[in-house]
Amino acid sequence: MTDQTVNQTPEVHVRVPRYSGSARINHWIVAISFSLLALSGLALFHPSLFSLTALFGGGQMARWLHPWLGILLAMSFFGLFIRFVSQNFPERTDIVWLSRIRYALTPGGEEYLPEVGKYNAGQKFVFWSQAFLILVLLLSGICIWERGLHYLEAAVGFRVSIETMRWAALIHATAAVMTIVVFVIHVYSAFWVRGTIDAMTRGSVSGGWGWRHHRRWLRRKVREGDVERPSNGD
Amino acid sequence: MFPPIPNPDVSVQKPGFGTQDLVRRSASTVPVPTRQLTPVAKLIDVSKCIGCKACQAACLEWNDLREKVGENRGSYDNPEDLTPDSLTVMRFTEWINPETDTLEWLIRKDGCMHCAEPGCLEACPAPGAIVQYSNGIVDFIHENCIGCGYCIKGCPFNIPRISRVDNTAYKCTLCSDRVAVGQGPACQKACPTQAIVFGTKDEMKAWADARIKDLKARGFDKAGLYDPPGVSGTHVMYVLHHADKPHIYASLPDNPRISPLVKAWKGAGKYAGLGVIALSVVAGALHYLTQGPNRVTKKDEEEAEQLAEKQS
Repeated sequence: MTDQTVNQTPEVHVRVPRYSGSARINHWIVAISFSLLALSGLALFHPSLFSLTALFGGGQMARWLHPWLGILLAMSFFGLFIRFVSQNFPERTDIVWLSRIRYALTPGGEEYLPEVGKYNAGQKFVFWSQAFLILVLLLSGICIWERGLHYLEAAVGFRVSIETMRWAALIHATAAVMTIVVFVIHVYSAFWVRGTIDAMTRGSVSGGWGWRHHRRWLRRKVREGDVERPSNGD
Repeated sequence: MFPPIPNPDVSVQKPGFGTQDLVRRSASTVPVPTRQLTPVAKLIDVSKCIGCKACQAACLEWNDLREKVGENRGSYDNPEDLTPDSLTVMRFTEWINPETDTLEWLIRKDGCMHCAEPGCLEACPAPGAIVQYSNGIVDFIHENCIGCGYCIKGCPFNIPRISRVDNTAYKCTLCSDRVAVGQGPACQKACPTQAIVFGTKDEMKAWADARIKDLKARGFDKAGLYDPPGVSGTHVMYVLHHADKPHIYASLPDNPRISPLVKAWKGAGKYAGLGVIALSVVAGALHYLTQGPNRVTKKDEEEAEQLAEKQS
């Protein structure tokens, strides 16, 4: 799709609120803890990345911090899960969207896709995979957390066999690689689809963004009167 | 009797081996050493052990460790398991031999086996926290240890223990400091029955052969040497009177090897994992280069405005 205005930022007539302040704070707690977890986790995953532990004050500190960050991530992601789950249930149009995913990956290809609500099938994939992977990472992580297991054994007599720990280590590493790949997809999509990051910084998106990418959601927001109309542009 | 190692010269001696003799170093590489040390081994003859625990006391003494006073759990094992302080522990098993219907008291001195292929070292993520010398000694270097406990997952013998005091892993060092100045390990020195002997690996194998012949002559026709090939042999070996079933000796593994799970995790897995992540980043970059950014157009903004106006 070619468009004459493609290289200019068009004037915004309508802004649509997308995320409340608390949702954004919640999201960025998840984002920061995820990034720190990825850095400290990768440091222990491959020897060539061990020097990343210097960011945390050395290997002992990285080893100590990682599980606590994991607890923080799991708890804060649970907040996001509660907030967003109702908008992420699969629906019939998701199948159409996925069958035409090549259009979704082309600028302007949205014209050939069904109108989507707050989240498209790709975003729902990110949501559900992160929810599942973070749960797997939490459970497998506890099984290889030396100190945590010590606390658990002292508190509730919970013990993990070494064979279970080996499975947990392998599962934890596999799930971590997968969650980082989904993270890359998530971050790249936000960057590629211009105007998206506004949703998590300012809390609102331009009306044009809503029209182009989430038309059904925009229609609903307009119907509900939940749009802002800056008097002279933006 | 195996000729005892003579008492040391009291003058200051230079260590006979050091970092220049490393053949493996965890999460890092080492240059090929210029010399090959003679492989050493400790031979534990289970049939000669009287369970006196002199080896345990000597280990605590030499390594300047103190075990806290334990509790009687209805077993002679004391402490009941290895700890960060007790690097060796006698494990007592009362076994009824089904062939003779007699009780046999099996006493196995447990501790690090110093595998030729150490699973702990394979799993360790901290550069230089676990090292292996060309004489076969596998040692933990505490200043490099981060206390993650990956060595516990890697070990086929369930040996390393993490200290809750300094958060580093502990296990038998084969008294590398003593061996470096020509001495045998403290446990061997203290053993009153020569159930523990120390020398070169070849000497120990030859000595074991003689012991096994003796045991066979006494009716233990399954007597044999425990030097498990699954980890390419060990530098702590056992003479077992029932070498066909090592598991009767307090669950000594019949065929120890580095778990395939650990191999997958810390072997090919670590390269595959980074590769997959790198691939996703490259795919993103290629997509951006071929497709360019997905920008909202003027028409989109106008459509949105019209929609909003229609409603109001």
